[in-house]
Amino acid sequence: MKLLAVQRSMRDHLISGADEITAQIHGDASPRLAVYHHAYRAQLLDCLRDTFERVWAWLGDTGFEAAARSYIESHPPRSWTLGAYGDNFYRTLSGLYPDDREVAELAWLDWSLRCAFDGRDATPVAAGALSDIDWDHAILCLVPTLRMRSISTNCAAIWTALSEKSTPPAAARLRAPMALRVWRKGFAPHFRAVDSIEQHVLLMACDGASFAAICTAIAERTESARAPEVAGALLAGWLQDGLIIAVENR
Amino acid sequence: MPGTTVASFTGFGLGLRTPHYQEFLGGDVSVDFVEVISENFMVQGGRPLNVLAAVRERYPVAMHGVSMSIGSADGVKLDYLIRLKALADRVQPLWVSDHLCWTGIEGFNSHDLLPLPYTEDAMRIVCANILLAQDVLERPLLLENPSTYMSFADDEMSEWAFLSEMCRRTGCYLLLDVNNIYVSASNHGFDPLAYLAGVPTERVRQMHLAGHSANGRGLLIDTHDHPVSDPVWSLYQAACARFTGVATMIERDDDIPPLSDLLAELDLARALAAAWQRAA
Repeated sequence: MKLLAVQRSMRDHLISGADEITAQIHGDASPRLAVYHHAYRAQLLDCLRDTFERVWAWLGDTGFEAAARSYIESHPPRSWTLGAYGDNFYRTLSGLYPDDREVAELAWLDWSLRCAFDGRDATPVAAGALSDIDWDHAILCLVPTLRMRSISTNCAAIWTALSEKSTPPAAARLRAPMALRVWRKGFAPHFRAVDSIEQHVLLMACDGASFAAICTAIAERTESARAPEVAGALLAGWLQDGLIIAVENR
Repeated sequence: MPGTTVASFTGFGLGLRTPHYQEFLGGDVSVDFVEVISENFMVQGGRPLNVLAAVRERYPVAMHGVSMSIGSADGVKLDYLIRLKALADRVQPLWVSDHLCWTGIEGFNSHDLLPLPYTEDAMRIVCANILLAQDVLERPLLLENPSTYMSFADDEMSEWAFLSEMCRRTGCYLLLDVNNIYVSASNHGFDPLAYLAGVPTERVRQMHLAGHSANGRGLLIDTHDHPVSDPVWSLYQAACARFTGVATMIERDDDIPPLSDLLAELDLARALAAAWQRAA
């Protein structure tokens, strides 16, 4: 049998247990193929446990392993790096736990923090470097590790409690829409829960909107008299968090 | 290809693993080189690359990969090779190694080191892939003998004969994993000393030592979660008698002990190698 056919048969065995490969194996194939069949799944399970540590803690061993095995059976890895495995796990969890939205939101947070960990480097600007900016034409450039997602539950509080090995709060729906922003400062990934105004204007900044347009959007979403104060507070927070890597005048 | 040879490096090293980062960053760990898993550092940024740069300032580094899939019938992936080349340019390693195996096909990646049939068909594909990889990387590769748990009815030659011919056709070098020889010899019933005798001495640049486990179904598994076993130390002695000017490294990837434990194992490797040098 040609190598390509052998490898297709082995792939099919690993993914689905197809037994065409058995005829190609010297001697008793069953215990030998079992080593590979087991190792394939065990490694992917370990990878998911490592990446989704808080989801694992939240669901417990049995619940997490069932979800992970469901993901493994439906998502054969396609990337050369094991680090990319798990990119759709939160979607699988969303389907498995439609009434427990905190599960998928915890998974998104675990995944995004992992992505931020070894994402592209960038140096944040210091607040003192912004003295000569023409703010009417300024455009904020944000760290490349920044990710955001709307949330509907107290997943942030749950994640924090789990990471501190303390008793997590019960899952609860949020009264107002919120978002999580995830980024890396120095070598440490961070996250923060933000309101819908900050989420909206940060997405505008990611799309290259000017700071003037951001201020206008803030004014449209808050009492106009408070808009400069809100914009100033947001800018100060972004600088403090190391989100801004450049301010360009265009 | 600018570099067609890999210089010998006689030294004793350990793998750079996360629990030991701080000690290696301190710079006074008594190793001659460190080996890194290439894929762990083929990332965009962050702490891993920072640690690697700092370690590289203190130690020579060997790059050891697990995802090249040199035996894939649909070829090695150019995007992978380009990223690996970028890391090699950054690290300036002693050498770049991977395994004689395949990990995936047609977009699927098992993330396991899967065995190849030792046939002329596989030889042609492996050699074509090695030549392409060496061209892109602009350096010869070291290929490691895998631990295997099955062999193929169509096999036309032994693993060591396959390795020898592969080196002859491509100019690549070998990373000889002594534990893998022992594990595969046990699993397939061949003589590990015959294996050593069949490997071309001039192509071996590095040896790996590691621990293994029995799976309870008659097979040994290359688990890297135990100290090196006595039979593997014995086989290492035989390897030292045959191969000179070779680097030795102890692999530990699970149940990772304190660095001092691994350094003690490395001292044993030094002592065994020195005994054979004195005898030679």
